[in-house]
Amino acid sequence: MALPSYTETRYRIWHYFYIAICTFVFFFLIAPLFVIFPLSFNAEEFLVFSEGMKRLDPDAFSFRWYHEMVYGTKNPWGLAAKNSFIIAIFATIGSIILGTLAALGLSSRHMPYKGLIMAVLISPMIVPLIISGVAIFFFMAKVGLAATHTGIVLAHIILGTPFVVITVTATLSGFDHSVTRAASSLGSNPVNTFMKITLPLILPGVISGGLFAFVTSFDEVVVVLFLAGLENTTIPVQMWTGLREQLSPTILAVATCLIILSTLILVTAELLRRRSERLRGINR
Amino acid sequence: MSSETKQILTTDGIPLEVSLKKAEKKNKIKAFLLVAPLLLFLFITYVFPIGEMFTRSVDDRMVTNMLPKTFKAMESWDGKELPPEEVFTAFYSDFKFLVENETQGKLGQRLNKEKNGFNTITKKLMRLIKRNKIDESQSIKEQIMKIHKRWANVEYWQAIKRTAPPYTMAKYLKGMDMYFAADGSIAQVDEDRRIHRILWLRTLEIALFVTIFCFLMGYPIAHLLATLPMKYSNLLMICVLLPFWTSLLVRTASWMILLQTQGVVNDFFVLIGLVADDNRPTMMYNKVGTYVAMTQILLPFMVLPLYSVMKTISPSLMRAGKSLGGTPFVAFWKVYFPLTIPGIGAGCLLVFILAIGYYITPALVGGASGTLISNQIAYHMKATLDWSFASAMGLMLLSGVLVIYWIYNKLVGVDNIKLG
Repeated sequence: MALPSYTETRYRIWHYFYIAICTFVFFFLIAPLFVIFPLSFNAEEFLVFSEGMKRLDPDAFSFRWYHEMVYGTKNPWGLAAKNSFIIAIFATIGSIILGTLAALGLSSRHMPYKGLIMAVLISPMIVPLIISGVAIFFFMAKVGLAATHTGIVLAHIILGTPFVVITVTATLSGFDHSVTRAASSLGSNPVNTFMKITLPLILPGVISGGLFAFVTSFDEVVVVLFLAGLENTTIPVQMWTGLREQLSPTILAVATCLIILSTLILVTAELLRRRSERLRGINR
Repeated sequence: MSSETKQILTTDGIPLEVSLKKAEKKNKIKAFLLVAPLLLFLFITYVFPIGEMFTRSVDDRMVTNMLPKTFKAMESWDGKELPPEEVFTAFYSDFKFLVENETQGKLGQRLNKEKNGFNTITKKLMRLIKRNKIDESQSIKEQIMKIHKRWANVEYWQAIKRTAPPYTMAKYLKGMDMYFAADGSIAQVDEDRRIHRILWLRTLEIALFVTIFCFLMGYPIAHLLATLPMKYSNLLMICVLLPFWTSLLVRTASWMILLQTQGVVNDFFVLIGLVADDNRPTMMYNKVGTYVAMTQILLPFMVLPLYSVMKTISPSLMRAGKSLGGTPFVAFWKVYFPLTIPGIGAGCLLVFILAIGYYITPALVGGASGTLISNQIAYHMKATLDWSFASAMGLMLLSGVLVIYWIYNKLVGVDNIKLG
């Protein structure tokens, strides 16, 4: 963004102003995440930077809260983490299967009422979570699935499928259908064609949709708050209770772990997106 | 004869047109069958339950079912003066049945909502019935009226009559701070008790301002990301995507740490001398906290659609504008800005839709003055257990969201939503 030498002074000033605004916004976006890191190593029990930490005194830092998170007495994080992973994994699998099938149907040019059906399939992403939570709670209570893992998994499949549908239809939009016709003309049956030809080509889209579904489930708290009993507590529910009731630095230790996890997921998603664009021949 | 000669047959003798139509139909069914599992799943677990929320929100069969004889007897009562003896007798017999099953408490509570003071007088009646103090051989009307002067007040009987229809829109009126007055007309609640209208307005206000803030902050950085060379923009894109992928609760937690009175932001203000150390402003548990946290959390949803539109605008258009004599400002305003309007529409609608239904962040950093309509719905679901009212408010919110969703679909198309 170097300015040409003939730029007038007022545009020069404007340009630096613009850069300053952008720097501020990027800082605003990313800085809050980094405040959690140092504070999670706080040796004291408060959620503020102690005098020792400001002086960078090594005694003011400790792994105390990470230790508490893993070995603490009566601590809920172990159960919560186990539940979160189990629920998220099953919800992701369900979302991927239902979402991919639907996306395959939707991107066929023979599909009737495409717009309307797409609008219905995407709606769980648009409808406020609190309303989804109320509706799903009424349903699960009626069929006796409230306060069960199954109920929460089903709820998260509802919330996760829109992401899979969107990413897979996006991948299929650049899909060359003549390759599947070629496979069929060479004697392959539809299932075989899907497994050997279509799936490998749309796999980046499927996986990135799956990542969205995983994160949605892993991070979802509103619906779980309605559905979960004590046994079904998840990491977000524990964080929610923690933030409302007793603000302990253990939460920051958990939050740090979650930031690391999301960084890993982000990197995977980005690599997949680039690979998918390469495969579809989109060069930017 | 000419049409017959033009008809083309396939190898098995069927006209090509028919055969093609058949194949077309088969393909349609095939495509639909692929979508069917998800569609069916969503209809059963999601769409119908939302529809059921409507039934629940208007359902008022409880009293109807509890006082069947009373309402039958009331059919011939004009509702102007005290009801005749038959109504009292019917009510007595219905109520006695409830007392025997010990369900009269629910009736008292429900009627108390309709008119204050019912709880006391139904309890009095219940005690007398339990002690067999009512002589059924004499006039029930006289005896009931003697229990409490309210039983002799026609307004209380009118209130019972109002609960007769099995369906009521009362919950929706309550959501807008209105109610059915004694004569059946719609009235406003007292000015100092209009809490719901304040909440609706506040929800709209916060959603609107968060959208504006997101736009003002998102537009410049989306522009920067779209115009920078790839290797720099990829790095900066992480600043947008990392918060996007990070848990909502983690981001809210970090704002709670930053904005607290002894927090980093206040420390900074004290350091640069903006505020005195003993006079730190409260930035959390009020609207400020909600605005700041929601803007940061929803900003990626503004930047990503803007970025994907700006990426498609060729830089030579701006150069052309400038070479034709426009200053950079004119070129931007007349050429670049109009081209980004689809992205602005998409981003603003998305942020607005998400903001209007926000629950977690306002509940944690909003305090009393920063909570939104969603928090009220959750409160009625969990604390007061008035599920029909929660359903009614939810559906009122939903109808607003669906209107915006419809506009969004018309303008952007749901199939054009881009993620990441």
